[in-house]
Amino acid sequence: MSDVRPRIRLPRSANAGDVIEVKTLISHNMETGLRRDGSGNAIPRQIINRFTCEYAGKLVVDVTMEPAISANPYMEFDVQVDESADFVFTWYDDDGSVYSETQSFEVS
Amino acid sequence: MKTMTKLWATAAICGAVLSGRAFADPHPDAELIIEGELHIATRAEPPEHLGGVLPEIYSGWLFRTDETRELQMDDFDNPGMLFAERGEDRWELAEGTANQSCADCHGTVDSLAGVRAVMPKVNENGELWSLQNYINNCRTERMGADAWGWNSEPMKDVTSLISLQSRGMPVAVKIDGEAAEFWEKGREMYYTRFGQLELSCANCHEDNWGRMIRADHLSQGMSNGFPTYRLKNASIVPLHQRFRGCIRDTRGESFAEGSQEFRELELYVASRGLGLPIEGVSVRQ
Repeated sequence: MSDVRPRIRLPRSANAGDVIEVKTLISHNMETGLRRDGSGNAIPRQIINRFTCEYAGKLVVDVTMEPAISANPYMEFDVQVDESADFVFTWYDDDGSVYSETQSFEVS
Repeated sequence: MKTMTKLWATAAICGAVLSGRAFADPHPDAELIIEGELHIATRAEPPEHLGGVLPEIYSGWLFRTDETRELQMDDFDNPGMLFAERGEDRWELAEGTANQSCADCHGTVDSLAGVRAVMPKVNENGELWSLQNYINNCRTERMGADAWGWNSEPMKDVTSLISLQSRGMPVAVKIDGEAAEFWEKGREMYYTRFGQLELSCANCHEDNWGRMIRADHLSQGMSNGFPTYRLKNASIVPLHQRFRGCIRDTRGESFAEGSQEFRELELYVASRGLGLPIEGVSVRQ
């Protein structure tokens, strides 16, 4: 059962030039590296260390994330949409995994 | 000048204390509307068996801050939905010696709509069972799989998913017939003082709801929102875990989650909220 799952929410519709609210969340433990297990061994750090969003091929946000960020990191930001285009969301995991989601968005 | 300030401060504190319940009443007109579409009532007429001890019954949602209430109004923002989503995966997962999943017998999970609203209930052998008992019975008897712990992650996931199917349906537990003796015991427990602080459920949730207990705003202790996502735990909290926390706060020895005592209390507490809609996975402080 995969615990890591990205989620995106975009508004249903928008006009060209509107500023829309984008919500993203990825379910992830965000293990800080500061905790120890039952036998006293350090649990290695494993967090999502970077999140990016591109719209129409342009970088909209690029976030460096640190261990203090809680589990299931939630990001909300505004994007001005001038044309119908693809949103590409990417999360980078400490273990090298890259999770990516693409959603096309239509403006009227 | 300094004395004046002090005087004013004292007056302000007195004002706050004297206004008592009014100072911390449940929100007067907040409406729980999920995703701008699903209206869920948070106020209802009290059931008859309460004999007028509460003027109106209120969901715990009304006692929370603006920010916490808002989290529950949007399924994307409600962190409890992550558990319900994982529950969907578990619903489909074949396990045990019979290699069966929940879906193999029950089909899609919406076939269990209304189940959460009538829990706990008396089973065919005359025992009072909570939703968790029914789930574990399926696992051990039908699937040949291990039972899940009451507070385990998979149990939280699947109870969240099943509760969500009853969202908006009023609590409808049966308290007469075979259930009457369990209900009576639960009622007795509700009014029994526990712990070094000698507090019963009623001392807080019937006598003092709306007031502050230290930094916490006392609700009427309704259970229609459970399982609930508690921000403090950053996790789903099952009702029995909350019961345990309450008894711990009285400095008492608690009963175990899933115990006979807690199932009886669960029935009685649910019956105090007869008529309040199930909130599926609610969000609380």
